[in-house]
Amino acid sequence: MMTNHGNRLTQGQFSYLPDLTDSQITAQIEFALSKSWAIGVEYTDDPHPRNTYWEMYGNPMFDLKDPAGILKEINACRKTFPNHYVRVTAFDSTQGVESVRMSYIVNRPKNEPGFGLARQEIGGRQIQYTVHSYATDKPEGERY
Amino acid sequence: MSSPLHAIPGSTLAPSAAGAGAGLPAMSGTDPAAGARSVAEVLAGSQVEAVLQELDTDLVGLKPVKARIRDIAALLVIDKLRLNLGLASQSPSLHMCFSGNPGTGKTTVALRMAQILHRLSFVRKGHLVSVTRDDLVGQYIGHTAPKTKEVLKRAMGGVLFIDEAYYLYRPENERDYGQEAIEILLQVMENQRDDLVVILAGYKDRMDTFFQSNPGMSSRIAHHLDFPDYAAPELQQIAGQMLAQQNYRFGEGAAEAFERYLQLRLQQPNFANARSVRNALDRARLRQASRLFADRERQLSADDLSTIAASDILASRLFQA
Repeated sequence: MMTNHGNRLTQGQFSYLPDLTDSQITAQIEFALSKSWAIGVEYTDDPHPRNTYWEMYGNPMFDLKDPAGILKEINACRKTFPNHYVRVTAFDSTQGVESVRMSYIVNRPKNEPGFGLARQEIGGRQIQYTVHSYATDKPEGERY
Repeated sequence: MSSPLHAIPGSTLAPSAAGAGAGLPAMSGTDPAAGARSVAEVLAGSQVEAVLQELDTDLVGLKPVKARIRDIAALLVIDKLRLNLGLASQSPSLHMCFSGNPGTGKTTVALRMAQILHRLSFVRKGHLVSVTRDDLVGQYIGHTAPKTKEVLKRAMGGVLFIDEAYYLYRPENERDYGQEAIEILLQVMENQRDDLVVILAGYKDRMDTFFQSNPGMSSRIAHHLDFPDYAAPELQQIAGQMLAQQNYRFGEGAAEAFERYLQLRLQQPNFANARSVRNALDRARLRQASRLFADRERQLSADDLSTIAASDILASRLFQA
């Protein structure tokens, strides 16, 4: 059964939708800025679902008023890593929350091979399951 | 799949509409003057008239500056009308240079400028980010670019005000990092005109040398505004406004004393126009306070507390000499 055609990575918000356009991204950033969340741009070529910490592209951006600067940063990251996953995160520093409120992918590799199911036999013929990204068989930087 | 299947919360434009609007991001959003055909309609939608009115009443003197601001506002209104009729209208270069002596109101006017541009929706947010050399130029190699870009990002959608801009360029040190900041600035000023307006400010003679050594900068700035020095009557008027703002007023003979004070002060070196007036008034307030303080038994009325007496001004060091 294939529920996700083309193996599109489905992590974070809007990941079941077609890729966001720049004006849609701008609208999302506008929303995050209106809540005064700090916005960061992150990238990775190891999109395992448990890989929470992606590389940061520059520092997180505080005290901004307008999305244009962030969109510029996103485009710079896309240009540097055209074949990586790039996501935008919005961090809420309110006491008691102090975590990421928004996270969505803004750039994907052209070809996403997806994940395979790996079975491992342990004691008593028991099977342990895990997912494994086909892309990570190759060394870093050559994956996509 | 070319069009999205679902509406995404917060998204404003469908991709097709986004393509058409992408060239003019500053104009997007809900604009009250979108269908306007006459100047009055645009003005009604933007309330720029109110800002210009305030500029006229709040700021004393500065005739050439006010005239220029009116011109710019008029151009922006007409551009808006042209746009509504579908005539080609290249987004105008709005970068400015304010040159004038200290205390002639450069920062105050820059703040107003941000408001005017915002009401005409040529900048999206209308905030003013005020910086000096220290905020743009780094301490070591590779420090300047991120620092400058950080500031530029903060100023996006508003006005970037660079005070004493001539410090950016230090000809005596050829390895100075200021040049790097200037280059980044130039690039953004050229490519992202829709996103921010840069206002440089500084003393006239030094700005002139700055532009001579940076011709690229000079040619990218469309508006050079000269702030003239204030005449004595204008300074007197400014003093009156400053006192009124702080709930003070001149007592009997104090206004005349202050006029005489100004005449003496104008001949002294380092006269900083409105700033010197404010400092003089602050000193007069100090003297008024100690005068009232000395008289311990007296019942003080609101009138006593808000009056600057002639003696408070005549006690100045200038009259002793």
